Amino acid sequence: MEIFTPLTAETIEKLRAGDTVLLSGVIYTARDAAHARMAEALRNKKEPPMDYAGQVVFYAGPCPAPPGKPVGSIGPTTAGRMDAYAPALIAAGLKAMIGKGERSRAVTDAIKAHKGIYFAAVGGVAALLAKCVRSSQRVAYDDLGTEAIHKLTVEKFPLIVATDCTGESVYL
Amino acid sequence: MRTLEASRITKAVAELCIAANVHADPGIREAIRRAYARESVCAAKNALDMIVQNMDAAAGEKMPLCQDTGMVVVFMDVGQDLRIIGNVTDAVHAGVAQGTREGFLRASVVRDPHDRVNTQDNTPAVIHYNLVDGDKIKITVMPKGFGSENKSTVKMLLPSDGMEGVVETVLETVRKAGAAPCPPIIVGVGIGGTMEKAALMAKEALSLDINGENADPHWAAMEKSLLEKINALGIGAAGFGGEATALAVRILTYPTHIAGLPVAVNLGCHVSRHKSAVI
Repeated sequence: MEIFTPLTAETIEKLRAGDTVLLSGVIYTARDAAHARMAEALRNKKEPPMDYAGQVVFYAGPCPAPPGKPVGSIGPTTAGRMDAYAPALIAAGLKAMIGKGERSRAVTDAIKAHKGIYFAAVGGVAALLAKCVRSSQRVAYDDLGTEAIHKLTVEKFPLIVATDCTGESVYL
Repeated sequence: MRTLEASRITKAVAELCIAANVHADPGIREAIRRAYARESVCAAKNALDMIVQNMDAAAGEKMPLCQDTGMVVVFMDVGQDLRIIGNVTDAVHAGVAQGTREGFLRASVVRDPHDRVNTQDNTPAVIHYNLVDGDKIKITVMPKGFGSENKSTVKMLLPSDGMEGVVETVLETVRKAGAAPCPPIIVGVGIGGTMEKAALMAKEALSLDINGENADPHWAAMEKSLLEKINALGIGAAGFGGEATALAVRILTYPTHIAGLPVAVNLGCHVSRHKSAVI
């Protein structure tokens, strides 16, 4: 089924671990270095790089865009490295995450408590996933290069529900 | 004595960086197709199909297979009868920078583990030199992604741990790695030598033909039985379950000390990239 951002509570509650979806709309990339800064901003009550409410963060750092393309190859990185930061972002309003691999208990608990969701994308199919990206714009932490926050508009981005809002996981 | 300008090395490394990132290994493609035919778990089968589609997309669009274009590991087998004009190491790094720029590859290297400032050109590479017979250089470029690198291990087993210990070390590494190294993976195993020799052999094992086998029947049998055990773990393609957790296990060994049994396990993702050229 196709789902759209911003994700509504109604959409999230319908989805169960293992469901395949096609996501369309706006998502934001952020990985290790951006998360360290976002966490610091939250701790120090500084201006966040975006309004987290209802948003989707994609754990990814794209390749540079070749001429004529909105983005270079792009795919999920290991979500577990963001586990230390994710619960605070979820508490701040973040609704969904896209990555690959298992999450910690703390992240699963935060997903359950705030009715969030974690999607997995297939890793290592980045030329294929780039075809789903219609536009890309760096919106924060430009100095981080590939690790900057990119605002992406995606169309029918293929995902599987990895942790649903009841805490069930697709992984072993 | 044959002479070679170092700039030739730069050009070769740049071309190999781009080719390795864009063109999938034909052996892996074949193995993915075989795994697809066998797979019965729907989500995993779909992931295997996407992996093949991605190979076509990358080659067609001349884009990298994976956004993690790696920290570049370079094996240099240098003929001892060759004289090189210019600095070889600088030439390799320059080749990585050129390939990264011209191939629109990702800059994924930070200059210091402490301050973590990106070097912006994916340098430096990690270079391993071997002196060999002849007057040529064989260059093998292996862009190594860190989803799989982070899940690799070195363990200093003891002789009393025996082959059971080796098997358990490999299985434990793959089990703990789960979906992160992008299964179906390639498993490189280095057994023997010293700590760093085992690690280096595990890395080199990832550059071997995935459809080949160890020349020694004992180790060839272990490659086969480890692959069966790994594929019974249930992790599956993209971690979505099923049988396709690994495509191959390759083992390299070396004599070791009477007191030791070093084992290193280096995981490679399903796009495990390596390309060689002789100049």
